[in-house]
Amino acid sequence: MRRRRRVVLWAAALAGYAFLYVPLIIVVAYSFNNSRLNAEWVGFTLEWYDKLFHDQDMLIAASNSLAIALVASIISTLLGTAAGVAMYRYPSRLLSVLVLAPIAIPEILMGVSLLIFFVLLNLTLGLVSVALAHIAFCIGFVAIVVRARLAGMDETLTEAARDCGASPWNTFRYITLPLIMPGVIAGALMAFTLSIDDFVITFFTAGAGTVTLPLQIYSMIKIAVTPEVNAVSTLLMLLTLALIIIASKLSPTLLRSE
Amino acid sequence: MIVVAVHTPSRLGRWLVSGPPLAYLIVFFALPSLIMVLASFRTPGEFGGLAPLIEEGKLDLNLESYARFFSESVYAQIFLKSFGYALLTTLFCLTLAYPLASLIARSSRRYRDLLLLLVVLPFWSNFLIRIYAWMILLGPNAALARTVNRVLAWFGHDPVPLLFSAFAVLVCLVYVHLPFMVLPLYANLEKHDQALLDAAQDLGANAWQRFWRITFPLSLPGVYAGAALVFIPAFGIFAIPDILGGPEDSLIGNVIKQQFLETRDWPFGSVLSIVLTVVALAFAGLAAWVARGNLRTPSSARGSRA
Repeated sequence: MRRRRRVVLWAAALAGYAFLYVPLIIVVAYSFNNSRLNAEWVGFTLEWYDKLFHDQDMLIAASNSLAIALVASIISTLLGTAAGVAMYRYPSRLLSVLVLAPIAIPEILMGVSLLIFFVLLNLTLGLVSVALAHIAFCIGFVAIVVRARLAGMDETLTEAARDCGASPWNTFRYITLPLIMPGVIAGALMAFTLSIDDFVITFFTAGAGTVTLPLQIYSMIKIAVTPEVNAVSTLLMLLTLALIIIASKLSPTLLRSE
Repeated sequence: MIVVAVHTPSRLGRWLVSGPPLAYLIVFFALPSLIMVLASFRTPGEFGGLAPLIEEGKLDLNLESYARFFSESVYAQIFLKSFGYALLTTLFCLTLAYPLASLIARSSRRYRDLLLLLVVLPFWSNFLIRIYAWMILLGPNAALARTVNRVLAWFGHDPVPLLFSAFAVLVCLVYVHLPFMVLPLYANLEKHDQALLDAAQDLGANAWQRFWRITFPLSLPGVYAGAALVFIPAFGIFAIPDILGGPEDSLIGNVIKQQFLETRDWPFGSVLSIVLTVVALAFAGLAAWVARGNLRTPSSARGSRA
């Protein structure tokens, strides 16, 4: 009786995992498929990757995405770390709401409100507006990771440092910061991943002339499904998965529900 | 520079730490949201955007876009349709997430992190790639569509397209949001006390009764949290119907996108965005309120056992 229930549970869970992974595995498999149609396996080829690396539009999109992600992750890590420390040391309702609301509301709202904002400011939509928007939604994710790290920290260490006469800055620099560093790095990797992957907010804030990898993928799949999309998807997945696995090793709380 | 005052929480330290992120979020989140609320009371400009704020000495603030929203029933219908899609997504996610979350909660500690990581990883792969994957899977030449249509042909039914349909939209909505349901559900189920189930079994409850009378009621806070996490993003989605849906499957997110990027009627687009926010937050508030009411159940159940 008990065993039969376990089997049923395992079967249901296995179906759940299959549902999660089969679509992604098919995308990866067909990136090596020697056929223009994403319909059945014909033979192995690297043609689509070769095409990808000679596709000028794709290379521009990739360099735009990397530049935006680099800038957005650095600035949002600085601001997000400060926000995480502030939320832990000086809890305030205003800060918590402002940090968490961009994560909680539907993405499209942030996209359209920033579009209105940038256009009214006469800021030309492009790399800068996209980076500014990405920073705004990444701060919250970094802050959550950093705050979780601080909450797990031994408070007596900072008190000991202060008792020994260390200034607040030195206490932070030599005690707190090294202890929360794994959380800060995990937050930075997360921000980088979120920025390079973002489609919705980028879609509204990029304007007509600027293309990032997700925007390029979008315009390609709106026209036709080609294995080149599979190839770029595979590479992008490899990059983000590597970053997230490193981040989750540094900050195990990343995996817990927040 | 970040200064943390431990002994004497100084005002200066507090502002040096919380000031910069606060300032950034006020400028790039609170202010744009406020401007959008204001924009909903304005008149659309002749060439899109907004009409001048002050024209012929008159301040341009009116309720016309709101009046339009309430007088043209097509928008209420689209809201209702989006609500239905989001609700169905939430229910399907719950059905799929329950066995996954309870398996992870019951597995030995050694495998727990790995099993959890496996649920979360797809969430971290690109959103568009996950939509694109369903374009391939449901495509007319793919094995799934051919099999389905072969079966339908046996029953003398005309072939149906799987892609660009309400079915494709719903499958992908469930696919994309499933991790949001598994995580809170797992976090809840992990804390359940096995002794309660053993006691129920000793008293003669069968597996079905134990699930519906003990496990499920105790897991309700996790269910409500997951429901809010799935419902809110699913309600405002635009990329999935845009890519996988047919012309009939436009949801409120698509109409908002259209108002801002194609029609360029900002005031009306802002009205739709505000209604979307209000409905989404009301749903989240409702979930939180119901969860709080039910939180008493687990503690009292535990209390009566002690």
